[in-house]
Amino acid sequence: MNSIKSSSTTHREPIAPWLRGGMVGLAAAFALAGCAREPESPGTEPRVSLVTTEQYLNSLRYIFGPGIELQIQFPPFERTEGLLANGAAIAGISSSQLEQFQSAGATVAAQVVDPVHRDFSIPCKPATEDAADDACATQFLSKVGRLLFRRPLTQAELTAFVESAGSGANTLKDFYAGLEAALEAMLLSPEVLFVVERAEPDPDHPGRLRLDAYSLAARLSYFLWDSAPDDELLAAAESGELQTKKGRARAVERMLASPRLVDGMRAFFDDMFEFNLFRTVAKDPTIYPDFTSVTAEAAREQTLRTVIEHLIVEKKDYRDLFTTRSSFMTPALAILHETPTSPGWTPYTLPPDSPRMGLLTQISFLSLHAHPGRSSPTLRGKALREILLCQHVPEPPADVDFSIVNNPDSHYPTQRDRVNAHSENASCAGCHKIMDPIGLALENFDGEGSFRTQENGVPIDASGELDGVKYNDAAGLAQALHDNANLPRCLVQRAFSYGVGGAAGKADRDFLTYLNERFAADDYRLHELLRSIVLSDAFSRLRQSESPVLDQAQAGDQT
Amino acid sequence: MNQLSRRRVLKGMLNGAAVTVGLPLLDCFLNDSGTALASGAPIPVRFGTWGYGCGATSKVFVPKKYGAHYDLPEEIASWAPVRDHVNLYTNSTAILDSAPNKNHFTGWVVARCGIAPSGGVPGETIDATVAKKIGRTTRFRSLTATASGDTTNTYSYVNSATPNPAEWSPLKFYTRLFGPEFQDPNMSSFTPDPKVMVRKSVLSAVMEQTNSLMKTVGAADRARIDQYFTGLRQLENQFNQRLTKPEPIEACHAPGKAPVDPQMSKEVEAVRLRHRMMTELMVMAVACDQTRVFNMGYSAPFSALVRAGYPKPHHTCTHEDPTDPELGYQPNASWFTRRTMEAWVDFVQAFTKVREGDGTLLDNVLIYATTDVGYAKTHTVDGMPIFTAGRAGGKVKTGLHIDMKGGSPTAVGYTALRLMGVDLPSWGTLSNETSEVMHEILV
Repeated sequence: MNSIKSSSTTHREPIAPWLRGGMVGLAAAFALAGCAREPESPGTEPRVSLVTTEQYLNSLRYIFGPGIELQIQFPPFERTEGLLANGAAIAGISSSQLEQFQSAGATVAAQVVDPVHRDFSIPCKPATEDAADDACATQFLSKVGRLLFRRPLTQAELTAFVESAGSGANTLKDFYAGLEAALEAMLLSPEVLFVVERAEPDPDHPGRLRLDAYSLAARLSYFLWDSAPDDELLAAAESGELQTKKGRARAVERMLASPRLVDGMRAFFDDMFEFNLFRTVAKDPTIYPDFTSVTAEAAREQTLRTVIEHLIVEKKDYRDLFTTRSSFMTPALAILHETPTSPGWTPYTLPPDSPRMGLLTQISFLSLHAHPGRSSPTLRGKALREILLCQHVPEPPADVDFSIVNNPDSHYPTQRDRVNAHSENASCAGCHKIMDPIGLALENFDGEGSFRTQENGVPIDASGELDGVKYNDAAGLAQALHDNANLPRCLVQRAFSYGVGGAAGKADRDFLTYLNERFAADDYRLHELLRSIVLSDAFSRLRQSESPVLDQAQAGDQT
Repeated sequence: MNQLSRRRVLKGMLNGAAVTVGLPLLDCFLNDSGTALASGAPIPVRFGTWGYGCGATSKVFVPKKYGAHYDLPEEIASWAPVRDHVNLYTNSTAILDSAPNKNHFTGWVVARCGIAPSGGVPGETIDATVAKKIGRTTRFRSLTATASGDTTNTYSYVNSATPNPAEWSPLKFYTRLFGPEFQDPNMSSFTPDPKVMVRKSVLSAVMEQTNSLMKTVGAADRARIDQYFTGLRQLENQFNQRLTKPEPIEACHAPGKAPVDPQMSKEVEAVRLRHRMMTELMVMAVACDQTRVFNMGYSAPFSALVRAGYPKPHHTCTHEDPTDPELGYQPNASWFTRRTMEAWVDFVQAFTKVREGDGTLLDNVLIYATTDVGYAKTHTVDGMPIFTAGRAGGKVKTGLHIDMKGGSPTAVGYTALRLMGVDLPSWGTLSNETSEVMHEILV
């Protein structure tokens, strides 16, 4: 009870700063000499993953253009080992959810064939508009089908869709109405809603399996872009280029350089930082009248912008995100920062004497991990451990008597006094001592994230401790977190899980150790981490299990 | 049928008669009542659930008197107008055996799945079990809504990894129910839409693809694809219905215009308003026979509802509100429970406002209401209240307060399942398993 279980699979000692410089050089030399060897890993399960709302929308926007309007919102998957994405491979579709997909598909199909969009979205014109035209339907449906299914349609699949479009067109005496019905059905197809990974024998490692080229393309694309593969990536899969070392590297470089990487990484960090909670975060309007749903959305956006600018645009050290004074500002947040700003989003640098520093002091972290009417050192400490260090804090015992911390006879002026009551009870103290001292350093920020120096007229003591490192304020905590060896390891672990669609297990330990070393050697830059993951054998290798191998008949039937 | 009254069969069962023989007979009796619709078809019996978070304060919640005409202590004082429609079952226990007490989770999961969970939701919830029996023919197999504004607040699961997402926006819920795809059973003319015919035929291509996909994936994924296939069947069923002239339904009066979504705050008054709006839509969906299974969530287990001017949300309040030495309970936590009970009254009353057959819609439903704990402050899962409303087509006695004597809530759930014609010999696992119906509530 009084210890934390690290879900990180690595337990290496932190790299001393004096050593780090040397290691960077050494690793670079290894890389040049081709010596930085990836350890053998068993690979991952082939997965059948339900697409997320965002992935569905991103794919549709790529295929049919950004003008397609669609309002759908499906519940997120169950968060497993820190990520919602890990739930995609076990989530099912209930009848009511499928009904929503159907109605979303109908909305999209109607827009694609309407007179406004059809010239852009349909590559041909029918011979006559009031009857079937199989040639034009084939042209459209094979093009769109390839992008939606993330592989060319088989002849049988294509024929079925073209026939559907034809009989619909003849019944309704309208070519476009027939096409609309066929597209609506296509958008509902199991292989559109589920991303089905398939295995094939790995010619480089006889007796082993790897993702087939289309499945590899999908895994890359959903990881890096949060969307289905584009035309070029599918072409690389089709030609076999993607399955060569050089071809894969080329495809990866293009993806890392694409602006769509922003979509992918926003989705990843949104998931890892548990920002889905922003959908329902609420503050008591009588206590925090300035905090509205607009503030909440802006807080989420501020952090995502900061992350993208820091990691993707400026390619900086991941750890520095927690000590950076660079950010973005918008009026909804400027009120809480008590600073003037212009409309929209503008780059913003915190003054050098600002008590704020890094992501922990942004409104997002502070408001999300607090109560509706007050701050919470415990919730903030717990979030830091679980979200940023990938550690697990045990739940309170079922029979805990909370009246200990709520003794009606005494009044606690500050949260520090209140949480100190935890230490008076052994059953509380064990766990709270790993959370409360972290969060207490953020007590200069109230439940909505505004700065304060007093609570109920008593000056706030913001001293605390993280894993033996003591500090006096939020900046000290930021530095302690920055220097905590588990901070980058946690990102490595989450990024790998997110990329392969499932939680990392014991068997991945050596590979994660290898990634951690590479990440350190690469100065904790995200691009390098992503590259290490997606170019690895571990990323594309499949475990010998009940793998769905595309049967030869079906493979040979592809158009 | 006349020589064997339901009472005699039940009495026989209770005296140890062969249960396997008794059960089909019970179903046979239970299904034979109900007044007829204008078309001559019997009025369907429907099943609903209602869920809320954070239990109750026994001291001011549990009536002193058992049986009929029970007294209404402070926390349920608002029940006066509906008491005689409601059965209150107090002192039930979610029995843990060797499972952990997962705070704010174990209680409702036992009441709805019959199983003390060791991980997540262990399987389908009671409404999904009932929907398989009585939900196959309607436009919607079941409907799930929440007043909390959060689609993830659902107490309904098709299986452990598939929640039924909750409708949270009155406007979206209205559009789904009564938007362009609604087929008014009382409309004077009927012309099948050729577009729907085309859609239906196109769906068969998707079904074929699904069948071939199922052959290429592993067993666990096959089950997921199979579940997706069930959804396709439901869609096909919806298309079929739109191509068939519906039987008129006297009680059906679809709302004429779309509601405007109210504020999505968690403040109790805003939640109550949303709860009323969602309830009104749900009730009419049931009256119009769009579904026979429905779930309403008033608040989540970790209820985040907020009281204006009070710094702690409901759940936090249950833990941190000091017990008032004079009152002997937590006044602020109790405030939230009282508001919750008022919402329950709104829900029950809404069903009484629709005339159906010789009575009201409430006579033809059974609503099973659950919570997550007994006493929220200490997360106890004993002393949990359960309540039901409605007469299930005249088969259930109402207005009773029943002492569960520490037994599992599955006794009520199992009785509900049997009333809905689900032919299970027992329900639940380990100590929560039961094969006994609660005879005292049967007519």
